[in-house]
Amino acid sequence: MIADALLLQLGYNATLVAIGATLLGIAAGVTGTFLFLRKRALVSDAISHATLPGVCLAFIIMVALGGDGRNLVGLLAGSAISASIGLLCLGWLTRHTRLAEDAAIGAVLSVFFGLGIVLLTVIQTMGSGRQAGLEGFLLGSTAGMLWADAMVIAVGGAVTLVLILLLRRPMTLVAFDPEYAAARGLPVDRIDLAMMGLVMAVTVVGLKIVGLILIVALLIIPPVTARFWTERSDRVVLLGGVFGGVSGYIGAALSASAPNLPTGPIIVLVGFTLFAASLLLAPNRGVLAAILRHLRFQRLVHLRQGLLALAQGQPIYEPLTLRLLRRAGLARADGVATETGRARAAKALRDEKRWQVVRADQTHEAAAALYDGLRDIETVLTRDQIAEIDSRIPGPQGVPA
Amino acid sequence: MNGEEFVPLSLTPLLIGVFAAVACALPGNFLVLRRQALIGDAISHVVLPGIVVAFLATGMIAAWPMMLGAAGAAVLAVMLIEAIRRLGRIEPGAAMGVVFTSMFAAGVLLLEQSDTSSVHLDVEHALFGNLESLIWLDAIGWSSLLDVEALRGLPVELFRIAITLMVVVVFTVIFWRPLKLSTFDEGFAQTLGIRTGVLGMALVIVAAIAAVAAFDAVGSIIVIAMFICPPAAARLMTNRLEHQIGWSVIFAVASAILGYVLAGYGPLWLGGRDAVSAAGMIATVSGVILAMTALFGPCRTRSGAPQQG
Repeated sequence: MIADALLLQLGYNATLVAIGATLLGIAAGVTGTFLFLRKRALVSDAISHATLPGVCLAFIIMVALGGDGRNLVGLLAGSAISASIGLLCLGWLTRHTRLAEDAAIGAVLSVFFGLGIVLLTVIQTMGSGRQAGLEGFLLGSTAGMLWADAMVIAVGGAVTLVLILLLRRPMTLVAFDPEYAAARGLPVDRIDLAMMGLVMAVTVVGLKIVGLILIVALLIIPPVTARFWTERSDRVVLLGGVFGGVSGYIGAALSASAPNLPTGPIIVLVGFTLFAASLLLAPNRGVLAAILRHLRFQRLVHLRQGLLALAQGQPIYEPLTLRLLRRAGLARADGVATETGRARAAKALRDEKRWQVVRADQTHEAAAALYDGLRDIETVLTRDQIAEIDSRIPGPQGVPA
Repeated sequence: MNGEEFVPLSLTPLLIGVFAAVACALPGNFLVLRRQALIGDAISHVVLPGIVVAFLATGMIAAWPMMLGAAGAAVLAVMLIEAIRRLGRIEPGAAMGVVFTSMFAAGVLLLEQSDTSSVHLDVEHALFGNLESLIWLDAIGWSSLLDVEALRGLPVELFRIAITLMVVVVFTVIFWRPLKLSTFDEGFAQTLGIRTGVLGMALVIVAAIAAVAAFDAVGSIIVIAMFICPPAAARLMTNRLEHQIGWSVIFAVASAILGYVLAGYGPLWLGGRDAVSAAGMIATVSGVILAMTALFGPCRTRSGAPQQG
């Protein structure tokens, strides 16, 4: 059943939803990346909640004009207008009052959403039966998606992607260093506004599939996931799109494969699964990689300290050190060094002495800065330099030459 | 408006609304000053999965397991946010966004999967609350306030939110000095021996308790609005924390009363027949108050160096 769903064999509506969700996921992942890099991820929360009064007002106006009230384009236009008013309020509050951005986000979000709920109750009392469907914008509803709806989403997603392609360089610059961008003469405010406009476009397009509460997840989770895998901004953008698209596709397919699996939440949870896997498994930034790195470091430190202790004839009490030495064939179980162990220990002690000389010498300042107690001195200095240092180390004292 | 109509139908919803608004606004003051305002947003989203899990575990709609479940979910969310922030080295806003949306999605999924059609538990209810339905049927007029029999019929939500408000007030009074110190100068507070980490967590937990109790009565949208709007508006009125708290309580009470009255009677004045959502109207009124203070408040601009954009 799931295989059928993934291969788009579950009928017309399911296929339409899957394609729409994939496109939406790609657009949201790519757009969200810039928001995330700008460290303003939660602005999307304010934008998405601010769409509700617009949807309701558009419905009321369309009904008042004698229309059906459920025209998707009209509703989305209304949501875009109210979201941009919300954005302007947000920008005004942060710029012209002393409120921090998070307080402004919370204020815009709750007030617009509250107003939307008031309008929803107004609609509920307007006429019977006709209001059906507006609640779908809260959590998304894909059951009755039409070809026209899918086209709106596809075209909206494509336009967003093209705009991002055109604006990607200035937006990257502003995201990383707004002051430098301003010094270069870029209109930072207007680029920020464009970025927010794109986020708004994605939000509006996504209202139908995942709903206004969960569209935030599509804008935040894929970029955060992508960030684990690379340190380059262009690749974060690409990967963000890929993760978003994959979440959308798999989520839509899964939700079509069984009853009672609402599309929006499933897409979000697929995205979260990808995120959790990346958090654990990603190379370099992942938790597993960090643990392995720590263990390797710990092993190196223990071996080194163990060798130094062997060389100086000190007893070793630390069981981990002893175990590591034994496993490397450098010491016996009772802590006595083997033949190789003695040789390695002698070298470790001699290297330590060399390092002491290097660190005491101003001319070797650059090399001395690399000392961390683990680095082999051969990787830092040439053979000639080491020979010169050796000549400075005094020979054994108190014994006839 | 006479007592015969007002006491049974409007007195308890009004009181519950006011108590809930104040209980949220008090911790909200510190959250806004600490730039943690969106913790309230996150908490009110994760309350849903907590309640659903509690319902699935106990199989009934009972207040205490649900409040425990919601509070547990709130604490779990805060811990997850902190863990993701540290383990993944992700900025706090994004970590918050990842956690609360995922938990909310899980809550919606659980709700759809479980057989909750027989009980009154749905997403819309969780969002909007149902302030208007908390009426006091046993009352016949002002005299009922002295009637023990009738008082027994008061909605149980009133007692719960009153107790919560008391907890919040007591917490604020007892920890006033450390809270104030650690909010404005965390380093200084630490040198005095105040355990700022524990105190910060305690503040979040108190906020969660207020959110859960208010959520139970009035829905999550009011919770977010009351956490942020009255304190933010109060912040624009004064430079002193004591006065800010006072203003925020005034604004919270005003939003609750005005919002309730406007929702109940506003449509009638405009010629309509039916009331609109009180929770939504209260949030809207608090927004209007914030807008007024942002336009005319005496301390609305930043003092000192201008902030770069």
